[in-house]
This record gives sequence, structure tokens and C-alpha cells, in this order.
Amino acid sequence: MPVKVLMPALSPTMTEGTLAKWHVKEGDTVESGDVIAEIETDKATMEVEAVDEGKIGKILVSEGSENVAVNEVIALLLEEDEDESALEGADTSASSTGGGESAPANDDAKEDKAPAAAEKPAASGGDKPAPAAPVSGGERIKASPLARRIAANEGVELSGVSGSGPRGRIVKRDVEAALSSKPAEKAAASEDKKSADAPAAAAPAASGWNPDLTGLPEYEEIPNSGMRKTIARRLTESKQQVPHFYLTVDCELDNLLATRKQLNEKAGEGVKISVNDFIIRAVSLALKKVPAANSIWTDKATLQCKQQDISVAVAIEGGLITPVVRDAGSKGLAEISTEMKALAGKARDGKLMPEDYQGGTFSVSNLGMFGIKDFSAIINPPQGCILAVGAGEQRPVVKDGALAIATVMSCTLSVDHRAVDGAVGAQFMAEFKKLIEDPLSMLL
Amino acid sequence: MADSNFDVIVVGAGPGGYVTAIRAAQLGLKTAVVEREHLGGICLNWGCIPTKALLRSAEVYRNMHHAKEYGLSCEKPSFDLDAVIQRSRGVSKQLSGGVGHLLKKNKVTVINGEAKFDGPKKIVVEGKDKGTYTAKNYIIATGARARALPGLEADGKVVWDYKKAMTPDKMPKSLVVVGSGAIGIEFASFYHTMGADVTVVEIMPQIMPVEDKEVAGLAQKMMTKDGMKILTEAKVANLKRNADNVVVTVETKDGKKQELTVDRVISAVGVIGNTEGLGLETTKVKIDRNVIGTDEYSATAEPGIYAIGDVAGPPMLAHKAEHEGVVCIEKIAGVKGVHPLDPRKIPGCTYCHPQVASVGLTEAKAKEAGYEVKVGKFPFIGNGKAVALGEAEGLVKTVFDAKTGELLGAHMVGAEVTELIQGFVVAMGLETTEEDLMHTVFPHPTLSEMMHESVLDAYGRAIHF
Repeated sequence: MPVKVLMPALSPTMTEGTLAKWHVKEGDTVESGDVIAEIETDKATMEVEAVDEGKIGKILVSEGSENVAVNEVIALLLEEDEDESALEGADTSASSTGGGESAPANDDAKEDKAPAAAEKPAASGGDKPAPAAPVSGGERIKASPLARRIAANEGVELSGVSGSGPRGRIVKRDVEAALSSKPAEKAAASEDKKSADAPAAAAPAASGWNPDLTGLPEYEEIPNSGMRKTIARRLTESKQQVPHFYLTVDCELDNLLATRKQLNEKAGEGVKISVNDFIIRAVSLALKKVPAANSIWTDKATLQCKQQDISVAVAIEGGLITPVVRDAGSKGLAEISTEMKALAGKARDGKLMPEDYQGGTFSVSNLGMFGIKDFSAIINPPQGCILAVGAGEQRPVVKDGALAIATVMSCTLSVDHRAVDGAVGAQFMAEFKKLIEDPLSMLL
Repeated sequence: MADSNFDVIVVGAGPGGYVTAIRAAQLGLKTAVVEREHLGGICLNWGCIPTKALLRSAEVYRNMHHAKEYGLSCEKPSFDLDAVIQRSRGVSKQLSGGVGHLLKKNKVTVINGEAKFDGPKKIVVEGKDKGTYTAKNYIIATGARARALPGLEADGKVVWDYKKAMTPDKMPKSLVVVGSGAIGIEFASFYHTMGADVTVVEIMPQIMPVEDKEVAGLAQKMMTKDGMKILTEAKVANLKRNADNVVVTVETKDGKKQELTVDRVISAVGVIGNTEGLGLETTKVKIDRNVIGTDEYSATAEPGIYAIGDVAGPPMLAHKAEHEGVVCIEKIAGVKGVHPLDPRKIPGCTYCHPQVASVGLTEAKAKEAGYEVKVGKFPFIGNGKAVALGEAEGLVKTVFDAKTGELLGAHMVGAEVTELIQGFVVAMGLETTEEDLMHTVFPHPTLSEMMHESVLDAYGRAIHF
């Protein structure tokens, strides 16, 4: 019988995604490892590889389909000795066996039974409840008996645990890892609850945003992509829940521009350090000097991060994404520049991997290239600060009591007051300004 | 000149080394293995395998003595020592040839000689295949050798190390075995069965100190009942070597000394890693008391150099070396889903009479680690197959975490337990709980039923006892 190709879960939390593109058409022959489709999640586009060889018999989910549930059958793959006739009556129900495995029909039927029973408990009156306790979306969770026992004892929902055992089986170490991260989750959950309780009346949550549209002119309806929805949800949360305050400084850029010119003249082919690279470097060094500004608020504790992982906002089609320059505090300008170029390229091609954009301890958003003089950014949770960088432009300044001309860049820090106080933020901005205005100190 | 540049060079063709080399070749890496003596290393040539051959001779000989109990007759059993040893050597030779064939089949280059690092990026080999060789990755698998305690050094005449003990010229009438770890107790068992008057001297309070106290205690009781002498909490205070005998002064914990005059002494006070002569001082590899420091994936402090097996520290077991080597090379090759070896799931087997086998935590270690435990025990006398075999002495013991039902450890003493333990190792590897083990069907009549009963007993449900 044909092999089912399933909608893959590209991250442990992914429940649905958009089938962005098919790379194959019906009748194409594929080898194991061939890229057959692209899946778009809320954050990135990723490739789906064939796990078996064979011929694409039928494509069941068309290109551009949204909200395709994880493990839904998206195509049927004909095995070597099969022809199209095998497609007739082929089972296309979501399967518990991952990665396009084939299973005899009997087994399928058996496996499908449990979720069905779970969905309609009333109908299956005297039946024993399905043993695999948490069943969501018809997916059987693969977990070792010990992992199940520990999860049951400790109240861990196995559906939220990603498995590291063979074929993604959840084993003891996975449940233990989930347990050790649970306090944070709990904190987050209680925060969520709070937000649902308190401001509900005043401002509906992002998901329930149904403004009155009467009187609008004709418009084109552009469906919200996964990314747009994420941006909407996270930034609404941030602006509603995080007590922002803002600190602005003007930095003179002439020294930096001169140093940059010299460096780029001396640097070899392919290396071109940008003002933004200097800013990332300056931010990291300033954070090293003022580590309290590199903090994240949780209900339980303020987490002061020991490494400077800088998230840099990159505008891409349909939204923005923040790839992370890891441990920027220990990286030189050239290294930051190369890494940033690679990340930005991947971001624009939609090829960032979760490890490229997850985490990050501090964000930088630069709109200088658009001529923006000054702006304030919304904090990127769970981080404590985001630095908004404006354009470097010639402005009149007062030097030694006389009017002079300098290239000036305004930078505004948005700060989560729960984690970082005004004085700490100000101290950080002073260090940052010092580094920008004396760029040689950044080269040390 | 032959090829001298590889993806991986494994130093040492013992069980860790040759298995790692074959796995490397399977993963498509261009692989060489350097060996200074025999393919298969100590394990195959002078350790695990030839001793099992000797112990098999001893077992058959023992059964001949017990023929009458089975309604058979075997008048005055006797043996030809040379033929017993020849059989053992023959077994080693056959298997060593097999390793050579396997390496060839997998296109692993064998470099005969002794390897020495000259800096972290190349090795110089002295010997038959003399030359300089380079590789992207080096895996040190040089194994271990017998530890020599001052005053107790083997001389090949009256004080023997394991090698000499495997190839004796004549049967000693009396023997002191110093050390009751796996090696010591197996030799003690062999010589005792073959008729020597054997005394075991062990410094710890129990024989086979890594084993569960109750299991080791029962083994000791069975051995003593069979006529072997065992002195625990005792040490060799003095050793006087004569031309054809040794006067051993044994001091017990209470300070009492006794003199034993015996034909031979076997020194089996443990093994230490072969870290010398490898030129590791020219690299960043760190060595602490003959153990190469490694991380969970066997990487040393020098990028590109790894160490596996005995030389990377205890437990010094062939199967640990093999598994560690496979994990190491799969990690190097970027195989997905590789996890470090879990030291708690490495079984250990000792082939003395009675056999001892175990995996995981002992009852004492489990309690020490803070577990609330449920312990199950089942004696051989309650098992039909054991009684039919005429091997009705022994014990299967299981230790569970009372809270989660996790099988923390299993410990056995008695006939064929070395072949049984793997059932529990699989159970632990798959993370079964007591429930799954109870629901597992064990075939009747087998010794394995005792494993089931032991699990049932831990939860007060044993049927046959």
C-alpha cells in the first residue's frame, strides 16, 4: 500500500503550518532525502525531505494551503512495485507513525481506534479509556513506560515534551528535562492567566481583534501569515503587559565613520563592516560593563544573562524576524559582520532554523537606513531591553561653546522596568555612547 | 608508499578499537587501526575469551565429578593440562583470525606497530609498518594492563600475572589469589575446580566488591562450601619468594597475621590504563592516574583526539569499550540521535562458579542515591529448571524505585546467570517499569522465570516462593 507522507512537526510546539510549496508533482520519482516540499511555520520556511523512495502518487494538500495540522497526510508515495491503482481506497487518515512510514492496514485501523474513542467518550460508553492518556489531534504519543509513569506522577503533559529517543520516543531524560524547565512554564502560564483576567474588558486579546469595519473603502484582504499572527500576538502581549520606559541619547558618529572607512579599506575582499555591526559590538561590550541591563524578568526571579546574545531585527517580506548573534560579547567586528550577513541572508530567504532565531538576551532594531531620526521600539519578550537606532545625519551641535557640525545618531532604549531600573538603563546608554563615540576602544 | 592519510586512525585493535574501526568504515570514513601485538587485544587473546575456554574445561570437569548425581558414571575423572591450555589458545587464535577477516572485509587498513603522537596532528609508527600517518580524527583505544603492587610484582615463576596464569607449565597444588575482582575470582574458580588448594585474599569486606553485597555474600558462601578458602578484609603483608614456592604473610583487619606456604601466587589487584609511550605529552590530552580525561562523547582536551575503553576509565569492560567507541565515532560522523553511554546500563558478568551477573545500582548504592526502593528476590530452589539442572543454589535480586517503578538494578548469582542478565539490560534500556515486566511472558521451564518471579516479589506477588 502507498506510503503516507505526513505534515511534519518542525518544532516541538508546532501544531499546524502552511504548505508553502511543492517541489515535486504527481508522477515524479523521488529518492530518500530529496526535498519534496516547503513548509512555512510562524517563524520560518523549512524543507521537507522524502524519507522513502518511490513515485509521488497523489498530492493531497495543495500548495499554499494554510493551517495544515501536523501529521496530516499531505501526499501518497507509491512504492517500487505499486501503480496508481494502489491509490484507490488508500487510507489517508492522519497517522501516528511518523515520517511517512507504511503500516499494514490492520494496524492502522487499530491505531486509529484509540484517538477516535478519546474524541467521543460518550459514544464509547463502557470502553476502557485509551491508555495513552493525552491524545491531541489523533496523535499517539510515543513514550517509554518509565517516561509515562514519571510524567503521570509529576503531572507533566507528554504532548508538550519532545522525545530524544529512537524515532522521537519520549524517554526518561526528556520528561526530566521538561520537569526542570517547568517552574518557568508555570510562571508563564500564570502570567497568561493574569493577562486573560485583568485587561480583558479594556483590550481584547490579539486573537479576538474584531474592530468595526463599517465605512471603510474597498480593500484587498491579505490573509495573516503565521509570522504576522506571531508578531501580532507577541507584541500585543509585550505592549500590554511590559511596563516600558524609554531613554534617548545622541551619539556623534564622525569618529566611527572614519574608523569604519579605514577598517574596510584595510580589510580583504568580502569583508565590509557596517555601522550596524559596530552597534552590535558596542551593545555587547556595554552589556558586559552593565550586566544588569542584560536581564529578563520572570515572576520567580530576574534572570541576569551571562552571555550577550543579540537579537537583530531584520525586515523580510511579510514581516520581520530577529536572528541572534550568539555570544557577541566575545566576537570581533569582522566575525559579527560575517555572521550577521549570513543570518540576514538566511532570514530573507526564509531559511533560518529555530536555533538561529530562538533565545537572545537583548534586541537591536535599526531603521536608520530609512532616514528615521528617532523612534522607540516595543520590547521583544522575554527580553528586558530593545535598542532603537535612528539615522546618522549631520546636525548642528555645540562644541566648546561654539556651534559646529557633527554626524549625529539618536538611539532610544526601551526598557522593561520590572527587570531594569532607570539608572541601570541610563548607565548602559552612557557606556554605549562612549563606545560609539570612541570606536577605537571597541577594537580592543 | 602505502596510504598514510585517513579520516580516522584508531590506536589499538582490542574490542573497543576494532569495533570502532569497523563502525567508522561502515559510516564511510577512511579508517586505519594500529595494533602492536594481536588483533582483538587482551580481551580476545589474553582475557575474556581464553579464560572462558579454560573455565568451560573446568565446568565439564566439575560435572564429571558430579556424574553420579545424574545417574551417570565417570570413574576417576582426570585431565591433561596441556590439552586444556591448547584448547584455550586455539579458541583465541581462531577468533583473532576472525577479527583480521572482519577488518579486511570492511576495508579497514591495519597498521602493525606501536603508535606515538608527534604533536596532535600526526602519529609515528614503529614496527612492521613503520612510518608517519595522519588522520582528521584519532581514537585512542590502547586498553589496560595488570596493576603491579609494590612487592607483589609478577615474576613469571612463582608469582603470576594473568598471562602466566593462563598458560601454566604444571598445576600448582596450592595457590594464593590476591584480589577477588572478576579476574582474580575466575582464576581462583578455575584452579580450585582443577584441584588446587586455593586461598583468595581480598582487602575489601566482600568478594567482587562492585557487586551487590547480598549476591556477593551468597557467592562467597557457595564457594566456601565447595572448599575454597576466602579471606576478606585481609592483605598481603609480606611475600617471600623461594625457588618453587612462596611464603605469603596475610594480615587480617584485626591485625592477626598468618603465614601460608603455597606453590604459586596470582596477582589480580586490578588493571590500569595504557597511557604511556603514546607521545600524549606532545598534545593537550590530559591524563590523571593512567586515565585519559574525556567528555561524555569521549573527546579529550585536544580537538580531534578521542579516547575510549579501559584507557578512558572504568568500568573496564570490553562491551563498555565497544559501545563507547561506536557512540564516539557516530558523534564524529554526525549521525543523528547519538546519546552518550549511560554507565548505569552497562552489565557486568563474572564466570566463576557460581556465576555472577549484574546491571545497574546495587541495593546499597540505590539507597545511598536517595531512592526509596522495592527489592525483589527469588532463589534458584524455587525454579523448576534449576532443580532439574541440579543447580538449585543461587539468587535473582531486583531493585526498583518505589516511586516510579524504574528498574534500578538487577543482581544474580547461580548457573547461567551471565546469559540471563541481558533480559534486564534490555528492559532498562527500553525504560520498562515493573508493570511491563510483570506483563511479560517468560517461557517455562527456564531459569529466566526467576527474573519474572523476582520482579513479582518486589511487589509482594511472587508465585513460586
